[in-house]
Amino acid sequence: MAENREVVIKIENLMKEFGGVRVLDGINLEVYKGETLVIVGGSGCGKSTLLRHIIGQLRPDAGKVHLFGEDITRLGESDMDRLKKRFGMLFQSAALFDSLTVEENIALPLREHTKLDDHIIKIMIKMKLNQVGLRGFGHLMPSQLSGGMRKRVGLARAVALDPEIIFYDEPSAGLDPVVTAVVDKLIIDLAGALSITSVVVTHDMNSVFRIADRIVMLYKGKILQIGTKDEIRNSKNEYIQQFINGTIEGPMKFFAPDEGYLEELTK
Amino acid sequence: MNILQAIGRATLNAGAAIWDVFALFFKTLYWLFFAPFIGKFIGRRYIFAQMVFAGVQSLMIVFFVALFIGIVLAMQGAYQLSQLGAVRFVAALISVSMCREIGPVLIALVVAGRVGSAIAAELGTMKVTEQIEALETMALNPVRFLVMPRFFSLLVMLPVLTVIGDVVGMLGGYLVGVYNLKITPGLYIKTNFEFLAMKDVMTGVYKSIVFAVIIAMIGCYQGLNTKGGAEGVGRATTLSVVASFILIILADAILTGIFYFANV
Repeated sequence: MAENREVVIKIENLMKEFGGVRVLDGINLEVYKGETLVIVGGSGCGKSTLLRHIIGQLRPDAGKVHLFGEDITRLGESDMDRLKKRFGMLFQSAALFDSLTVEENIALPLREHTKLDDHIIKIMIKMKLNQVGLRGFGHLMPSQLSGGMRKRVGLARAVALDPEIIFYDEPSAGLDPVVTAVVDKLIIDLAGALSITSVVVTHDMNSVFRIADRIVMLYKGKILQIGTKDEIRNSKNEYIQQFINGTIEGPMKFFAPDEGYLEELTK
Repeated sequence: MNILQAIGRATLNAGAAIWDVFALFFKTLYWLFFAPFIGKFIGRRYIFAQMVFAGVQSLMIVFFVALFIGIVLAMQGAYQLSQLGAVRFVAALISVSMCREIGPVLIALVVAGRVGSAIAAELGTMKVTEQIEALETMALNPVRFLVMPRFFSLLVMLPVLTVIGDVVGMLGGYLVGVYNLKITPGLYIKTNFEFLAMKDVMTGVYKSIVFAVIIAMIGCYQGLNTKGGAEGVGRATTLSVVASFILIILADAILTGIFYFANV
């Protein structure tokens, strides 16, 4: 079904090294309009780095990133700014501006990028806050909010300009299971009601199986497998099975082998 | 790694940092002077808030520092000048030295410690909590929203604070001169202004403009280049103060040399 749908993000042979370590090693990926794609992998597998390449915060050593059909690795600042208005991003720490109230945080992109009247902006802020279930919290400062509320305000700010794509960086990091479910529901609602394309980076498998249309498994800068929930669940790949079941035994080693330990101690 | 390699690497790093600071400086000038003419304004309140912080809220500390340095100068001056029987000239010593040298440098050091460090800490915290990145992904330029208002407010406020400091320093000298050295108020004030020329005040103001650029650029550069959590913010803050202090004194030496040889 996917093949005849519109591609909004296309990544070709993406490579990136940091200090001699290959963090991304030939990534090829297509994201279709309206789907929720989840990028999954362990800590340090390169998933956040991949996300930062898609939003133009990092430049690749080699390869291309097409966003809305334009190769962003070649774009200048003003062209990139034009594309940035078409997507939103929810950061891991929500990244609300400490010096601005909740309302002002959400209003900032509206004030700077639209010519809307102030009272229309006020109405829009209330609608966005209602969308994330925080009606009446507009006057608070970010420091007065809990972690989950900050994430939801961050989400309201990310959707302020009615973007076509929303990127989520670890939306469930630091949240309890109930709040995680709330944030997941918001992601599903936004994707469903407004047919927004969502790209989610996470390592929380519960959340993955709730929200994903397709799952990308990343390990050491390479894609292990791309598939639907069922395809990933029934995958024969040992790495994937170890990851989704959260077992210590498996191909990913977390402890140094016992051989040579005695020599190392007595050296 | 041998010593030559280490020196070479340090030189390259320092060169890159200086280059980056200048690049930031020119970007700031662009957003301050050119962007408004192509319709890219920035809300007045961002700039106003920074001016209140850098200027109005620095008044207290500037007042006390300048007052006491004036008092100290008067006593030290009187100690020397009394041997020549020329105590009256304490007034001239203070007015000229405050305006030409001590006022601008001392106020700049105080502001570097108070405002420059706050800039580095605030921008550094924004950097490590992804707020700078959030601005960028919203297509809002951090130089425009964060650096330019701080730069502009210091550029306006530091010369103002310097002139205020000059006057308060003279007031400190007046207190010692009139109440301790028993110079009559009329004679003190007459001597105070007799030897003070407009160019003395202006060289001090020119210096303070250069110092403002140094404080703002170093603070913003250190803040925006912060890495590594809370420890990184602390390091950026310390570095901003240390680098500002050194550069202020260095710039002062160069500028004083220029004014001296140009006979201004």
